Amino acid sequence: MSESIVRALKCRECGQEYEIQPTHVCEYCFGPLEVVYDYEKLQGKFTRELIESRPQTMWRYKELLPIDGEPQVGVNNGFTPLIRADRLAKALGVKELYIKNDSVCYPTLSFKDRVVSVALSKAVEFGFKTVACASTGNLAGSVAANAAAAGLESYVFIPEDLEQGKVLGAAVFGTNIIGIRGQYDDVNRLCSEVAGKYGWAFVNVNVRPFYAEGSKSMGYEIMEQLGWKAPKHVVVPMASGSLCTKIDKSIKEFIKLGLIEDNGTAVYGAQATGCSPISKSVKDGTDMIHPVKANTIAKSLAIGNPADGFYANRVIKESGGWSEDVSDKEVIAAMKLLAETEGIFAETAGGVTLGCAIKLLESGKLPSDESIVLCITGNGLKTQEAVMNEVTKPRIINASLKEFDVLAEADGVALN
Amino acid sequence: MKLRVYLNFEQDAVTEPVIWKLAKEFDVMTNIRTAAVKEGMGLVGLEIEGDIETVEASVKWLEAHAGVHVEPIEQNVIEG
Repeated sequence: MSESIVRALKCRECGQEYEIQPTHVCEYCFGPLEVVYDYEKLQGKFTRELIESRPQTMWRYKELLPIDGEPQVGVNNGFTPLIRADRLAKALGVKELYIKNDSVCYPTLSFKDRVVSVALSKAVEFGFKTVACASTGNLAGSVAANAAAAGLESYVFIPEDLEQGKVLGAAVFGTNIIGIRGQYDDVNRLCSEVAGKYGWAFVNVNVRPFYAEGSKSMGYEIMEQLGWKAPKHVVVPMASGSLCTKIDKSIKEFIKLGLIEDNGTAVYGAQATGCSPISKSVKDGTDMIHPVKANTIAKSLAIGNPADGFYANRVIKESGGWSEDVSDKEVIAAMKLLAETEGIFAETAGGVTLGCAIKLLESGKLPSDESIVLCITGNGLKTQEAVMNEVTKPRIINASLKEFDVLAEADGVALN
Repeated sequence: MKLRVYLNFEQDAVTEPVIWKLAKEFDVMTNIRTAAVKEGMGLVGLEIEGDIETVEASVKWLEAHAGVHVEPIEQNVIEG
């Protein structure tokens, strides 16, 4: 079955509905638009058995993603491992801990491959030939790679002074990269103006309502991989705050469709202290998001004026979760702990997620005796500079067995 | 051109008639779509219409105004 259950785009503020089209804000009140569905059309048809019979990609839940029929871009994306992290759990004194590992998401090693494949599939349906984004990292690489694989023209806008490694991560896919000179706010506004003027699918602007829905696939996979149940607690990194809201939406949808029982899942948001407008609003007990100038090594989360901050704040409060933030030093320590206990090299955002989980456990906001899932969203190979000087340097010896014997003896290595 | 922006007002700027001054200073049509004043800050969703140079100059004027910040309605377009 492939009947679309997408009903409309709906304003999250005033409720005005719009036909499905490449647009993202309400013409009346400027509120953000969200895809809404007629779930009753799926009642009794969208079953665990149907989902399990499909290939292990994010598209096994395609009825709940806003495309018509089959995906056009990124057909192999998603379905990353959910691992039971017993060694890390022991280190933290936690009973049941899982890691949803999007650091190995196909094809560009971040959860952005989920949102981009939905955005680009929808762009193809709308008839766009060119896709675009403004990014400082993961999103740029994902748009460039997925566009290349789909034969779409792409434009990627970056700040002029972006590190070479990150430029390479997009440039290798043959995209058109435009470096923009100027202060962050000027660059940001130009990107908005370009998105408004050119007839492109700008993934996080005019096709953002569809793009953002791709994040739900991470939540669906967690629930299926847990044996068709939701965790009691889920810790999510926050940049715009969108992932936080979409994990929550994915859980509510599965409950509504009878695929899982309501487990009262609490959603927790994680930010770096150097860019923590959402975390601060939760801790201050307000729903107003005060914009900040970002200053953190967790650059993939460095959004100072988050578009979904208000909604993430609401999800956290309504679900019974909480929010925390950690220093750059705590980020690095958590990255190392994750790598050394579970063999997972996460990017700095992963350090933020684990670092915040540790703080939440210490403060008692996160109970240690119930199931917890940590969402890891990107790969550490992309942010090597963060830990470059924090890891053990190799001990250099000559090609001499005698020299190695001395080292081995010092390490207390026993000969068989 | 029509430009849609959010104006963030710091507490001291909330009581100033900034949008009225803008329309006096520049030949632009302003249209407020949403507004809120809460917890020490103000937020206005504003459409500014005029020829491209005048609209751009009016944005620069707003940004130079103490306590006022101009953001696209998408807020942060640049993602990680």
